[in-house]
Amino acid sequence: MKRTMNSAYRDEILEHYREPLNYGKLLSCTVSSKQTNPFCGDEIEIYVKFDKNFLGVLANPPPRWTWAIQEIAFTGKGCAISIAGASMLTEYAKGKTKKELTKFSQEDMLRLLGIEVSETRKKCALLGWSILQDCLSNN
Amino acid sequence: MKKKDFPIFQNNKDLVYLDSAATSQKPQVVLDAMMDYYKNYNANVRRGLYPIAEKATAKVEEARDKVSEFINAEDPSEIIFVRNATEAINIVVESYTYPSIKEGEEIATTIMEHHSNFVPWQQLAIKKFLKFGYLDFDHNGNLFFVDELIKKAKSLAITHVSNVLGTINPIKEIIRNARKINKDIVILVDGAQSVPHMKVDVQDLDCDFFVFSGHKMMASTGIGVLYGKKKLLSRMEPFLYGGQMIQEVAIDRSTFADIPYRFEAGTLDIAGIISLGVAVDYLEKLGMEAIRNHEKKLTRYCLDQMEKIEGITLYGPKNAEEKGGIIAFNIERIHPHDIAQVLGDRNICIRAGHHCAMPLHTRLGVSATCRVSFGIYNETEDVDILVKGIQKVKKIFKA
Ligand SMILES: Cc1ncc(COP(=O)(O)O)c(C=O)c1O
Repeated sequence: MKRTMNSAYRDEILEHYREPLNYGKLLSCTVSSKQTNPFCGDEIEIYVKFDKNFLGVLANPPPRWTWAIQEIAFTGKGCAISIAGASMLTEYAKGKTKKELTKFSQEDMLRLLGIEVSETRKKCALLGWSILQDCLSNN
Repeated sequence: MKKKDFPIFQNNKDLVYLDSAATSQKPQVVLDAMMDYYKNYNANVRRGLYPIAEKATAKVEEARDKVSEFINAEDPSEIIFVRNATEAINIVVESYTYPSIKEGEEIATTIMEHHSNFVPWQQLAIKKFLKFGYLDFDHNGNLFFVDELIKKAKSLAITHVSNVLGTINPIKEIIRNARKINKDIVILVDGAQSVPHMKVDVQDLDCDFFVFSGHKMMASTGIGVLYGKKKLLSRMEPFLYGGQMIQEVAIDRSTFADIPYRFEAGTLDIAGIISLGVAVDYLEKLGMEAIRNHEKKLTRYCLDQMEKIEGITLYGPKNAEEKGGIIAFNIERIHPHDIAQVLGDRNICIRAGHHCAMPLHTRLGVSATCRVSFGIYNETEDVDILVKGIQKVKKIFKA
């Protein structure tokens, strides 16, 4: 019955919760998206600024480039898992290309968090992920 | 009070179950009765002309009689077996109010309702272009009675006990006052959180409809009750059509059975009904007053202990006399889900979230709360373990 006490609340999670990275609004964002998790009442908004990432300087026309995240931030309120998740995800996403992030799956997100989450709290763990996916498909 | 009657506590030695408002644990007698049905006289009811079918039919009607006596209905035909409180409310909305209400008229509820007594009315108001009014509550979780609203309203849907604040609404008084200024108002009382924990007398309350769920009162999941005054039920159209609810079916028309069968289409949750009958026996044997006193004592003790916790906010009445065994709280700087999860990891079962009462939480200005709720199997030591657990949570979160 008893799961290990700190499984969901290891120090790294708590640190991200207390002092989340990339917290704040991005005024010049390309896209933003907000979602709530009705189960917890969590509410997070992610702001993304995309930029062109050139894949090589030598390219004869047409130049080959891809969209990549230049800046990313989030605001919102929520439980430790959703806030830490958003903090870790936005940190991870910086500089990554759109393609890389679209491939970033739910399982990858749970792996990034590095904790065991119960079925009921998956929504918290995946809230940021789901918002980021929304940003990617809306760009 | 009776922990040993509940096998779940033998099978989970360190279980601290503080979520009886969500669903109660089940005593052995209830489980035995269900198994007895399936093992010894499993048959469909009101159909077979053979002994086990007749026994099953008799048991179902026996349960109806018990429930009827338990809430003091005037007649067992006023007891309709449904799936749960939610379904019972939907039946009233669809079969009573929908056909009888007109565009522009007004219906009323309260802001402390469970979604199941809020959303069906709200949706009805949208569909039928009705005015949708609600009663608000004060900082102590007590409702304000608003004459102007009640005077105009065709119906009032109100909970007996709030599933978040624990407030015991003075239903008898509210109904008396409402009828004084509006003799035609139809009043539905949501008894999901009262029937399991205190003596309820529907005739004394003088409500028109009264609903509750079996699973919160020691019976199995999937069985609930709609009580309605005979004269209202008799006027209502069926909710579901099909087998068992008809009198006669011609190719081009049907006539329907009398109440209660008119509202019991299809095969019922027979084992559930039997379990409900036994659960009623079990509760009555303990005595509703003894149950209420035990839970009141626990609530008082818990409130006293919790008030000492730094950074805690308690919602609803602070006086155990005025509330059921339900305590909602928050702790500064810690999200309710994190509190519940850390406690849950230690097998202390409380609930966190909006408890299906989002309008109430909006009114409180918070998105979620933690909720502790008691059953007869809880003891003060459960509260002690809870309070220690909360201290541990605070330590982890350095709050
Ligand atoms: C006050 C109240 N009303 C209605 C319900 C709905 O009960 P059920 O889900 O069994 O229909 C609940 C249960 O959570 C409740 O607490």
